[in-house]
Amino acid sequence: MKRAPLLFLNVFVIATCGLIYELLAGTLSSYVLGDSVTQFSLIIGIYLFAMGVGSWLSRFIDKHVAEKFIDIELAVAVIGGFSAPLLFLTFANLSYFSVVLYTVVFIIGMLVGLEIPLLMRILQDEMDFKDLVSRVLAFDYIGALAASLLFPIFFVPRLGLTRTSLIFGMLNAAVGIWGTWLLLPLLKRNVTMMRVKGFVILALLVIAFIKADRLTTLAEDALFVDNIIYAKSSAYQRIVVTKGKTGYALFLNGNLQFNSFDEYRYHEALVHPAFAAFSGDVKRVLVLGGGDGLALREIEKYKSVEFIQLVDLDPDMTRVSSAVPALGELNKHSLNDPRVHVTNADAFVWLDNVPTEPFDVAIVDFPDPNNFALGKLYTTRFYNLLKQKLKPDSSVVIQTTSPLIARNSFWCVMKTLEASGYTVKPYQTTVPSFGIWGYALAKLQPFERPQSPPHGIDMRFLNNETFASLFEFPADTSRPEEELEINRLDNQALVRYYEAEWRRFEQ
Amino acid sequence: MNLNRRELLKLFLGAPFAFAACRTDQPRVFPEGEIVGQSSDLGHILRSGRTFEVPFDRWETKRAVIVGGGIAGLSAAWKLKKQNFNDFVLLELERDVGGTSISGKGDPVGYPWAAHYLPVPFSENTELVSLLDEMSLTEGRDAQGQVVVKEQFLCREPEERVFFKGRWYEGLYLNVGAGDEDKRQFAEFQRKIDDWVNWRDTRGRRAFAVPLETCSDDTAVTSLDRISFTEWLSQNGFTSERLHWYCDYATRDDYGLKADQTSAWVGLLYFCSRVRKSGDESQPFITVPEGNGQFVHHFSAIAGDNIRRSQVVVSIVPTERGVDIVTLDGGELRGIHCERAIFASPIFTAPYIIRGFRDDPPFAAGEFQHNAWFVANLFLKDRPKPRFSKDFPLSWDNVLYESPSLGYVTATHQKGIDYGPTVLTYYYPMCHETDGRTKLFAYDWRQLADVCLTDLSRAHSDIYELTERIDIMRWGHAMISPRPNFIWSGIREKAVKPYRNIHFAHTDLSGVALFEEAFYHGLRAAGEVMNARP
Repeated sequence: MKRAPLLFLNVFVIATCGLIYELLAGTLSSYVLGDSVTQFSLIIGIYLFAMGVGSWLSRFIDKHVAEKFIDIELAVAVIGGFSAPLLFLTFANLSYFSVVLYTVVFIIGMLVGLEIPLLMRILQDEMDFKDLVSRVLAFDYIGALAASLLFPIFFVPRLGLTRTSLIFGMLNAAVGIWGTWLLLPLLKRNVTMMRVKGFVILALLVIAFIKADRLTTLAEDALFVDNIIYAKSSAYQRIVVTKGKTGYALFLNGNLQFNSFDEYRYHEALVHPAFAAFSGDVKRVLVLGGGDGLALREIEKYKSVEFIQLVDLDPDMTRVSSAVPALGELNKHSLNDPRVHVTNADAFVWLDNVPTEPFDVAIVDFPDPNNFALGKLYTTRFYNLLKQKLKPDSSVVIQTTSPLIARNSFWCVMKTLEASGYTVKPYQTTVPSFGIWGYALAKLQPFERPQSPPHGIDMRFLNNETFASLFEFPADTSRPEEELEINRLDNQALVRYYEAEWRRFEQ
Repeated sequence: MNLNRRELLKLFLGAPFAFAACRTDQPRVFPEGEIVGQSSDLGHILRSGRTFEVPFDRWETKRAVIVGGGIAGLSAAWKLKKQNFNDFVLLELERDVGGTSISGKGDPVGYPWAAHYLPVPFSENTELVSLLDEMSLTEGRDAQGQVVVKEQFLCREPEERVFFKGRWYEGLYLNVGAGDEDKRQFAEFQRKIDDWVNWRDTRGRRAFAVPLETCSDDTAVTSLDRISFTEWLSQNGFTSERLHWYCDYATRDDYGLKADQTSAWVGLLYFCSRVRKSGDESQPFITVPEGNGQFVHHFSAIAGDNIRRSQVVVSIVPTERGVDIVTLDGGELRGIHCERAIFASPIFTAPYIIRGFRDDPPFAAGEFQHNAWFVANLFLKDRPKPRFSKDFPLSWDNVLYESPSLGYVTATHQKGIDYGPTVLTYYYPMCHETDGRTKLFAYDWRQLADVCLTDLSRAHSDIYELTERIDIMRWGHAMISPRPNFIWSGIREKAVKPYRNIHFAHTDLSGVALFEEAFYHGLRAAGEVMNARP
């Protein structure tokens, strides 16, 4: 029979599609849930088992085998094709992502499991059983190889997960539609209806493919090289988590907050000098900003710490590490530590309105001052409010943007701190994802800069040598000669410095 | 007044905009609210000319009585209390003292009902500086001896933005799209201002300063009072439309009049009196969420026991021994015998209340004319969303270039509360109207709220969904009108003199409605009362 070779092509396509869906689910779940070994073995296991279930179920299909085959093909096209967009959407909005994930994987596996037995039964009248088995299975496995090679080399880097999934949905739909011609003599029911159904599904997939760009905003598409695994517009900002070759990255309003690959450099340099500068055991710590929990991870290394008050504006931000388990792993679930007390408030308003006992160490880790609402968190007023939460010997650290890229901004913060009555020791380090990065170590009384990191604390980056070098400023980042303004509520000078300095690096 | 919506919007917002606004349907959601405050009926009892007989057992005796609890009356009370002069009462018509500095309480912050800022005074204004010191608004003096106000009370940046053709821009003067000629004229305008800032008369007095008492009376300056601000602009070759708008905005904002209705002298006062010397920035603004309500609260806290609210003073009778005051207190007539009275009410009411004034008027009280405003407070559940990412962000003062309103002030701004619910205070001076007052009181809440929301919707399409409530106050006599030929016509010198034992104290006496002037006259009258021989 002539249609047999063409049907083997179908086997090839079906097999490729089937494996692609499996790979998609595995990749997505390991991005989102972390721990790729567990995720891939779970997905493969469930998928293969579901295929087995499908194969077994095929025995219950007695009549209209060809029609059923086309229906199943179209069903795979819909569920498989939309699986990645559906999972992305689910992830951003639901907490039971894993339930949806495994259900989708099971359904696709089961439908794919039905395909091959049904196809073999369609072909059984046309050739030898020996030939049939050898050829069908051969094409099946060739399809699997093609999928496993194309997926990492071509599809993910070129099309991304969403569009890969949609394009294979289209292939499945095409197989179904083509089948209405190929298997025409075997079709006894309304063929036109089947074709309409097929083309509608194909059209939907094509539309989704074209609109895939719009699923995330155009800006994000251009901005994020890596796959977005979490995106949420909270009441305050747009939170995006991506997964790429170097690791996980968190963006707020498109600005990089950390990359898991080197964030430990940033956070060790943020937290430990302040602890080193405090004489005696640090018991009470205030963290302003830092909802990602990474500074908390460093703070929790100190056994002496009894109470940590974290104030972060955005509840979605303090939830992000439970929403993205990989981030929870990264911060060692620091937000769940019983010593941590989380308050969702604007730190400026919180300092103004909420009286508390003073703290030994205050870690001030806000996004860079790129708007007025953030700029107020770097003013003399803010630092004066902060004083009410400090003892005379408390130490404070503030992240203060890049002294290389935004030199005036960096030194403006130093001057503002001095104008607010603090003694300031500026320091800087290198965080490859950010560049040269700056901090201010400050106290309300004169102090000597700490000489070495605290003893007995496990660190990947800071040792005696790097610690000593933190406080050295190369000529191109040292205090500029020109007179800088003090950042006040009624001038917001810093926002203007910052905008002028960072604008040079915009496209 | 029976107007359809298009006529209403045309009247308030101009024909082209009204036409555009009426093409779209009325919004599905319309917030709740009501007309609040200002008992105009109560005030108008005075005009009925009734005679009032007080039963003999309802008389009491005080050394002094202050009639009117606006900033002038409260300042007088503050001064008396500070000098241990305690035997006086202050009688206020409304349920709350404060006049046009009243404010509302709210969550998360209070909000103003009219006056909402005070420029930092120069150190020469020692009495006002001492008030700021007493209120802990200051943190000392700078090297030049000028008062340093605490950062949290100085208007926070971003201070102002202007909405023009669909977008928000920084500042009040519209820089975007300004041509070379516009820029040249703006620079020239600033040079002219600078000249007046530096100008001194032979006695070393400034041309423009507050309180007005300290200004030069040299005719080189005062002759500017004979022309309108618009005429002054034209005479000096200023034709730039945006410069005219900028000046018109200034006079509407501070005086409730258009530039062509305003004396050139007060127009220049606005620009010159807040700049210390050539090249300096304009004095920064002192503001808090409830605006000048903070001064009202302070005065009330000090003079609280001497203040009586909801008192309709129906008659002030000069006598042999002093002054008799007759009040309607909840429908009952009461009388107070006193040695001296401070009349701290709008000056135009004097002939209606002071017996004998009309028979032999010491000055023409009818010359003290006021303009009308309405003020709306919009209670928002969240901030309007910016339409463009490059739009200048929500500021303290938000002005619509193409609107006859003055835009709105954001109550939460000064407290650094940048997210969530807020209160916007919207100002509309009725200066585009002839007989604005009568018209204002012909409209109901729904019509005025419609004007306000329609006006704001040009910048904030989500304003209907965000506004949970809109309350409106109609100010029939909001401000004294400094039209040409008023301030330097000689009438103020006459009005500031006592009439028998009655001392006048009101910002009207300066011809401009400014906190500094009300404060000055309150203190002056209090001083006169204390220094008077018994």
